[in-house]
Amino acid sequence: MTPLRVSLVGVAASLLLILVVLELVRGRRLKERYALLWLATGVVLLVLSAWRDGLNTVAGWLGVTGYPPAVLFAVATLFVLLVLLHYSTVISKLTDENVELAQRIALLEERVRRGEPVSGSPRPPG
Amino acid sequence: MNRDGLVAIVPAWNEAEVIGAVVGEIKRVRSDIEVVVVDDASQDDTAEVAEGHGATVLRLPFNVGIGGAVQTGFRYALEQGYARAVRLDGDGQHDASQIPRILAPIEEGVADLVIGSRFVDPGGSYRPPFARRMGIRVFARLVSLLCRQRVTDTTSGFVALDRAGIELFAAEYPHDYPEVESTLVALRSGLRLAQVQVEMRERTTGSSSITFLRSLYYIVKVTLALLVASLRRYPRLEGAGR
Repeated sequence: MTPLRVSLVGVAASLLLILVVLELVRGRRLKERYALLWLATGVVLLVLSAWRDGLNTVAGWLGVTGYPPAVLFAVATLFVLLVLLHYSTVISKLTDENVELAQRIALLEERVRRGEPVSGSPRPPG
Repeated sequence: MNRDGLVAIVPAWNEAEVIGAVVGEIKRVRSDIEVVVVDDASQDDTAEVAEGHGATVLRLPFNVGIGGAVQTGFRYALEQGYARAVRLDGDGQHDASQIPRILAPIEEGVADLVIGSRFVDPGGSYRPPFARRMGIRVFARLVSLLCRQRVTDTTSGFVALDRAGIELFAAEYPHDYPEVESTLVALRSGLRLAQVQVEMRERTTGSSSITFLRSLYYIVKVTLALLVASLRRYPRLEGAGR
């Protein structure tokens, strides 16, 4: 069974994570879309920390016999990797969109300067 | 500016087949209405067709999702000084001939936001599949509970707004799956809500964008947004209740 102190620290840390994420969403500094993975991380860690027999069971499945709480670290690391990977895809999309915005503005500015009508602008390829 | 003007905001994504009919139908209802189609980076000729039918077309440079597209329309209405706005979907499921009915409470000055609801009248003919019906009902209950006011249909995209509503949604509107959360934001900001029974048509082309994984994301995202939004403090709008 997980040592009580490890369990308590794990519970406190995951609750803190959940509360911080919720407060960031409430203050509009984090969009719901990007909060979901963090909340999932917090909930999974909370369950694994609080459910002391369960951590042993999961450790058994994974073949971790020496020190079951190591599973907590492994799971936390896995989720952080997932969040980072997700962010990399988000940043890639933002990069493309940002370039497209800059291009559209440059084209529109040139049309405004020439006094051409700006409506009905053809969509850039892509 | 357009102090008494009325604008119809129509978000559209790849609706070239039906957008012409949608625009034409709205213009037939009232000749003084400006129809604004917000083209959410369609790959087909949605923008050209809409323009050909006399709509003002706002072209988004890339797909921003339904909420971001609709909010573009609200910002246009705000900038142009419009006093009233109606919002209809670009796929033709909202029947433009019902625009006068959902506008009535606004013109009488008794509401700031009118939702065209499919469930005010229990005898209404709209019978969605079971799962969707449950989803609609659960969100309606949740919003009713959080706002202490009975709301029958929070997922309808057929709404009418006065100036206070336009100002609120131009400033604050969720970017994906916006309908449920925006209802809560409106009520908590002190807008007066009215609900009018409307019938909606079955889609004639395309398919609903809701798949299983998206449904799951929809449910989790909207629930989180509702719970968190009800912890926020919203300033009471000065314009509301005039």
